[in-house]
Amino acid sequence: MKILTANRLTDGEAVWLCADHSWAETIDVAEIARDAATEEKLERAGKAALCKNEVVDLALVDIDLVDGRIWPKRLRERIRAAGPTNRTDLGKQARAFPGAERPLHAEEGARRSGISIAA
Amino acid sequence: MYRYDEFDHQFVKARTAEFADQVERRLAGELTEDQFKPLRLMNGVYLQLHAYMLRIAIPYGTLSSKQLRMLAHIARTYDKGYGHFTTRQNLQFNWPALSDIPQILADLASVEMHALQTSGNCIRNVTADHFAGAASDEVADPRPYAEILRQWSSVHPEFSFLPRKFKIAVTGAERDRAAIQVHDIGLHLKKNAAGELGFAVYVGGGQGRTPLIAKKVRDFLPEEDLLTYTTAILRVYNLNGRRDNKYKARIKILVHETGTEELTRQIEAEFAEIRNGELKLPQADIDAIERYFAPPALPDRPEGMVVEASAKLANPAFASWVKRNVNPHKNPDYASVTISLKGIGEVPGDATDAQMDAVADLAEELAFDEIRVSHEQNLILPHVARADLKEIYKRLEAIGLATANAGLVTDIIACPGLDYCALANARSISVAQEISNRFGSQARQEEIGELKLKISGCINACGHHHVGHIGILGVEKKGTELYQITLGGSGDENTSIGEIVGRGFTAEEITDAIETVVETYLALRTDKAEDFLAAYRRVGAAPFKQALYGAEAKAA
Repeated sequence: MKILTANRLTDGEAVWLCADHSWAETIDVAEIARDAATEEKLERAGKAALCKNEVVDLALVDIDLVDGRIWPKRLRERIRAAGPTNRTDLGKQARAFPGAERPLHAEEGARRSGISIAA
Repeated sequence: MYRYDEFDHQFVKARTAEFADQVERRLAGELTEDQFKPLRLMNGVYLQLHAYMLRIAIPYGTLSSKQLRMLAHIARTYDKGYGHFTTRQNLQFNWPALSDIPQILADLASVEMHALQTSGNCIRNVTADHFAGAASDEVADPRPYAEILRQWSSVHPEFSFLPRKFKIAVTGAERDRAAIQVHDIGLHLKKNAAGELGFAVYVGGGQGRTPLIAKKVRDFLPEEDLLTYTTAILRVYNLNGRRDNKYKARIKILVHETGTEELTRQIEAEFAEIRNGELKLPQADIDAIERYFAPPALPDRPEGMVVEASAKLANPAFASWVKRNVNPHKNPDYASVTISLKGIGEVPGDATDAQMDAVADLAEELAFDEIRVSHEQNLILPHVARADLKEIYKRLEAIGLATANAGLVTDIIACPGLDYCALANARSISVAQEISNRFGSQARQEEIGELKLKISGCINACGHHHVGHIGILGVEKKGTELYQITLGGSGDENTSIGEIVGRGFTAEEITDAIETVVETYLALRTDKAEDFLAAYRRVGAAPFKQALYGAEAKAA
């Protein structure tokens, strides 16, 4: 089984092609190709989006279904789908929690103009 | 520090405007990705796993407080509140939107910075000893020559489309802290018997999939011939370097395939043709650039010795930090401070916007407004009065940057690896963090002593694993990460390439394996004065193989 992934042109965000030819920011809703014909269909749609300058770096990705959810075979693709493993506060994995994108730095950012560095 | 002249300002401004136009045309669909990709790469913009990445040049690793504050500003405003200092003294942002990059470059240009030639098959950012201009063992400051090379190589019409990228490093001391022998050209600034300045020239070093140590092609090149000789090397390379195979395109392969003697003959022949041409450096020009790098006026601070000694007695943690992170300065009242970006369990080389701001403040107030980035992914304050070390330490402690581990096992170099990089095969950061936590005890690290551990997440070797005393290379095997250990590498004046010790280890096994290597060393060293590398060079790989693989090692 395969899904089609790319990066969005404007900001590089990892995206996946859905059945309605839109690009989703989460892997869960990607259209799954279970046969060569569907793979070709995904690739055609991807190339069209490439030509329209919506996305770059198209790739078909091998996946399994684990408990009904898409699970890329390669760690690389699992990291693309979630974010850096060492910073779960960053990337897609952080978005489940509103405002969680920058928790390590929010506090520091708030006091940035008057950093207190006295002991 | 070097200050842009009118030409530099106009040049960087024009390039920023040019790239802004290219981005606009790309976003409007007037340029295809195939057309745009080489343009964005020339401006330091990569596409990684999660987003674009912008690599910003920090020439020879030298920054002012104002420049570091601008990097903090960019991290905060356009990125996710941190930056990653790299093994080539640069800084990478991992999350910028393409549409924001023109504004980021404009912000950078306002503080005399840019991202030019941080990618592509051109002459990259020239690196130098991070203690340049300060170290007590230095013959002369290598940075003026690095700056001359920077000016000469910027959009050089003949050398902007080389067979492959080209990296130059310069050191001004016998003790090589710039790893010059693993660069395409390594320059060792030194004096001849007559007291004149010049360079020993090394060519064809590099890491990557074919690690090779550079060959010395000149024992002494007069300083006035710096650009002519470099031009001669690049011409020979540009003409004869392989363009048919990306993996054989670096100059190291040309040196290897041609032979040092023949290649030297070709370089010298080209040099003889152009030696007395327009590239010969007039002494007045060298002097003019050198004036930019004149050391700051350092007032006498004789109280330093007493202040430092009493502070050490009062605070053992401070004493540890001074022992590890403070380097001798030309002026005995002063020292150079290594600010470790390797807090225990932290990401090697990462700094938050707040930390960058705080270091900038510290440099401005107590360190003559100067900061360096080391290729070992730390920051340096090159000129600090010993009398101020206690205050510096206190303030670094408050921002989590006072880890006393420079040169110890937790001072790990690691590339971004598979957590960010599109080329990586395995993660580096998580391995570095686990090893750092395992060896995090100050007493244990100090007992182990000097040990350079370097991790790369793929064979391109951005994490310099080939020259780690212990190197770790991450590969992908059957869909999982596997880590190969190399031992005995070194990137100093006695450069050596580490040897692969045996089969790889999984992510779950690698930290235990490293601990086994370290414990084996501790058991076999003659005494504490024999560091890991010396011990390895004495005994070889056998005891380590035995400890790691047991009976399996004997069978092999």
